[in-house]
Amino acid sequence: MGNTFNWRKIPWAKVLSVAFLVLFPLLVDSDYYRHLFIIALMWVVIGSSWNLLSGYTGQVSFGHAIFFGVGAYTAGLFTTKLSMSAWWGMLLGGPVSLLVGIVIGWICFRLRGPYFALATIAIGEIFRQVAENWISFTEGMQGILIIQTFRSKIPYYYLALGLAIACVGTIALVLRSKWGFYFIAIREDQDAAEALGISSYRYKSLSLMISSFFTGLAGAFYMNYMAFIDPQVVFSLHYISIMAILVGIIGGVGTIWGPAVGAFIMVLLQETFRSSFYGLVPRWVSEAHVLVFGLLVIFVIRYMANGMVGDWPKIQQLWSRPKAVSSPSVSGN
Amino acid sequence: MQELIQALVAGVLMGGIYALIGIGMTLIMGVMKIINLAHGELMMVAMYITYVLAQYFGLDPYFSLLIAMPSLFIIGVLIQKYLLNPLLKVDSILPENQVLMTVGVGMVLTEVMRFIFQADFKSVKTSYSSTAFYLGTISFNLPMVVAFGIAVALTICLFYFLLKTDVGKSIRATAQNKEAALLMGINAEKITVMTYGLGASLAAASGTLLLPIYYLFPSIGGPFTLKAFVITMLGGMGSTVGAIVGGVVLGVAESLGATYIKMGLKDSVAMFIFLLVLIFLPGGLKRLTKV
Repeated sequence: MGNTFNWRKIPWAKVLSVAFLVLFPLLVDSDYYRHLFIIALMWVVIGSSWNLLSGYTGQVSFGHAIFFGVGAYTAGLFTTKLSMSAWWGMLLGGPVSLLVGIVIGWICFRLRGPYFALATIAIGEIFRQVAENWISFTEGMQGILIIQTFRSKIPYYYLALGLAIACVGTIALVLRSKWGFYFIAIREDQDAAEALGISSYRYKSLSLMISSFFTGLAGAFYMNYMAFIDPQVVFSLHYISIMAILVGIIGGVGTIWGPAVGAFIMVLLQETFRSSFYGLVPRWVSEAHVLVFGLLVIFVIRYMANGMVGDWPKIQQLWSRPKAVSSPSVSGN
Repeated sequence: MQELIQALVAGVLMGGIYALIGIGMTLIMGVMKIINLAHGELMMVAMYITYVLAQYFGLDPYFSLLIAMPSLFIIGVLIQKYLLNPLLKVDSILPENQVLMTVGVGMVLTEVMRFIFQADFKSVKTSYSSTAFYLGTISFNLPMVVAFGIAVALTICLFYFLLKTDVGKSIRATAQNKEAALLMGINAEKITVMTYGLGASLAAASGTLLLPIYYLFPSIGGPFTLKAFVITMLGGMGSTVGAIVGGVVLGVAESLGATYIKMGLKDSVAMFIFLLVLIFLPGGLKRLTKV
């Protein structure tokens, strides 16, 4: 599935959007919008990391909250336990989460397909419950509260943007290397890949290590930015693990830019509804912000199996020839 | 000693209800080979139906089984027919597309309920909610015992249905070998739709039975979906007998965990068992007994 040629075809769209993101906080003088974009950029990191492991290597993870939470707690515990700055977490959140990733890979990669997915759910829930109950270490349900370093959103914005670019860039580079081809080979047919001499355990672990590293960094960033975490938030199955999957699906599984697009759609769509279209429609609409996102997910899975980016040609086709049948695969029923 | 017996009794009674959730999940898994990540959410919908019937129409929760189960059957049929089956024809990168769809369905169900009923905790008060009777020094919670009894009765009916009726036999045939079943003239699409409906209505039954002893909020489904997996994995995918055993084992393990380890870690016990089973006994109990 060559996704790299897409990149050559319309590089300007990507260049322009990156340029826009770089200039955004200077153009828009509103902490509210900056905050939204910071959260969206954080989701770009989580979604892209998930996509490397699940979309490219085929190991559907339902447990990315583990890495996010471990990263966040690494940063938080530096403050509560060692009275040091939580920024150490930006250095160590990634590596610690990577180590956790190695252990989880060692446990879970002996399982395949849906069993792998289930095992990651189980481990995620165990992490959450341990964090909730190991009060002497994690403060339990009270969570960890620190003091933000910067008043302004701008430093956080550029940190998040740097993280997102580093993450997407690394993944794009990895996918052009031999590793990337091994990952895709494992996704397409693990036994055939093994037969060709690719150690599936080794490359699945490498994929998981990169994925957990960046998710951990995103977690450490979240700790520093939000200044408050508790197990229900950072180890949440529904709000982190599953959201990571949905971000990937909406944008397009197995595409480099898919999760980035998905993250922005997710954050902006939910926020549009949460704010009742910025006050234009009645208040009760705001109650439906997750619901709308869920409906979008169902719609995308049903009609655009490869997500917005993966099925972009199909969407364009609809645009240019409204009457044309978009593809035989969706004409059923 | 008394503490132990009390924990075991509570565990087995709860296990009966868990078994009912697990059987629904395992049927779906057996026939469609997918994990139904909306299972707990379907149960939650049934609980809300029961809640509304009890709150606004004064209907006894046990009586509303007769309404909740058929309603969920219809919801299940619609989900399978219009959301899950069409995906079989779509070509996508990840084979888990149907599973991801159930995630979306579960999310939408939860959010619809949150939209309608808000996120408050609700419960149905009945005159017998906290009634208990004693055998020796062991106390039996009355609604739990009734729920256990109904769960057993429903399970027996289900076995009769699966073993003796045409549709039941077709379901088992499809679960064993889909291609062969197709060749024998079984309409596999219809069977998958039936199975999902059946699974959903079993989830509905367990939800309704739980309501008098439990409380209700929109995101209650998630934990129960997880429990349903654990049961299914423990029993072996697609094995109904396994699901019963798995349900009881889970109930007892949770109860013992809550009594002897820590209340808050009750759910971790389940997850821990789950991991052990996944790693050391991937086929579940089915592999040991060949049932």
